[in-house]
Amino acid sequence: MKDLSMHILDIAQNSITAGAETIEVEITENRVTDQYRIVITDNGKGMTAAYAAKVTDPYVTSRTTRKVGLGLPLLKQNAERTGGSLEVKSEPEKGTRITALFSLKNIDRPPLGDIGGTMVLLAAANLNIRFIYRHITEKDTFTFDTREVNATLEGMPISEAGVIRFLKEMIRENLQEINIAG
Amino acid sequence: MGQVKSLADLRKIKEELQGRMSLRENSNNPESLVQVKVAMATCGIASGAKQVMDFFIEEFEKRNIQAVVTQTGCMGYCFAEPTVEITLPGHSPVVYGYVDTKKADDIIEKYIKNGELVDGIIPVNYETIEKK
Ligand SMILES: Nc1ncnc2c1ncn2[C@@H]1O[C@H](COP(=O)(O)OP(=O)(O)OP(=O)(O)O)[C@@H](O)[C@H]1O
Ligand code: FES
Ligand SMILES: [Mg+2]
Repeated sequence: MKDLSMHILDIAQNSITAGAETIEVEITENRVTDQYRIVITDNGKGMTAAYAAKVTDPYVTSRTTRKVGLGLPLLKQNAERTGGSLEVKSEPEKGTRITALFSLKNIDRPPLGDIGGTMVLLAAANLNIRFIYRHITEKDTFTFDTREVNATLEGMPISEAGVIRFLKEMIRENLQEINIAG
Repeated sequence: MGQVKSLADLRKIKEELQGRMSLRENSNNPESLVQVKVAMATCGIASGAKQVMDFFIEEFEKRNIQAVVTQTGCMGYCFAEPTVEITLPGHSPVVYGYVDTKKADDIIEKYIKNGELVDGIIPVNYETIEKK
């Protein structure tokens, strides 16, 4: 994966597959403590603790079209390369929380990439799922919530090209405003 | 720092977008729309599925084509990612492999507009598609 937004797209895809109705992505960065943390939480079907403990092993997958699952192992590898870690917490019928910890300044940390495009694309392609994206810097917090967007749109779908364009711009400007590391 | 966009601005432009939407016909009848599904498992994403999906959304608007673009999980063709399944109204789905923006452009111009098949079709037994 070229950047963190692609990992996020991929991990969110697991949540979609797990039947989640709400998917929350939270990024917290802090230049002083050198932390860059990504937390992805869903209310999908979850996993048993025993299974969750094993899913960062590529040979553990519920997919049937190939024998290895790569999403979580790749994210883990990238996090650990910066001295960070990956944690998978899950409960059957409740949901799953994935926490990836990176060193913000480590040169091996992939850049964030096109997170606005990623969140809007997820929202546009999955109109029935609520997506929340929160980005926290030392300066401020930005929150994007498709429930609020839908309330504003009053029935117009997020997948409308003009809406997609606007939302991408809006996220980009707001992230710039809170001074994200990129 | 200039004004940063917010949802209040979205409300303002909504009417204009609404006008553009209602100019288009059929938009409420999915049966009459072109359906595009982009495979977005790990290997699809890593090989550029997101750019392809963005391209379809933008170009359908520019070229005034009625279509629904969604994502699916794995379609089982890692070797040919990114893969895209296209369903024309009244036709069976067709899966194209190795789709980049150039191929996507061909698919729009030749297959979607004129029904001509384009290179790169993956022969599919639909029973094998994983319903994710
Ligand atoms: N959010 C989730 N909810 C429920 N189960 C999950 C979740 N995320 C991962 N899993 C389980 O963990 C397995 C491994 O996930 P991982 O993303 O590493 O691979 P994959 O999704 O199987 O394949 P790939 O990501 O390569 O397309 C999945 O097959 C699934 O069984
Ligand atoms: S895992 Fe590669 S196409 Fe599905
Ligand atoms: Mg996965």
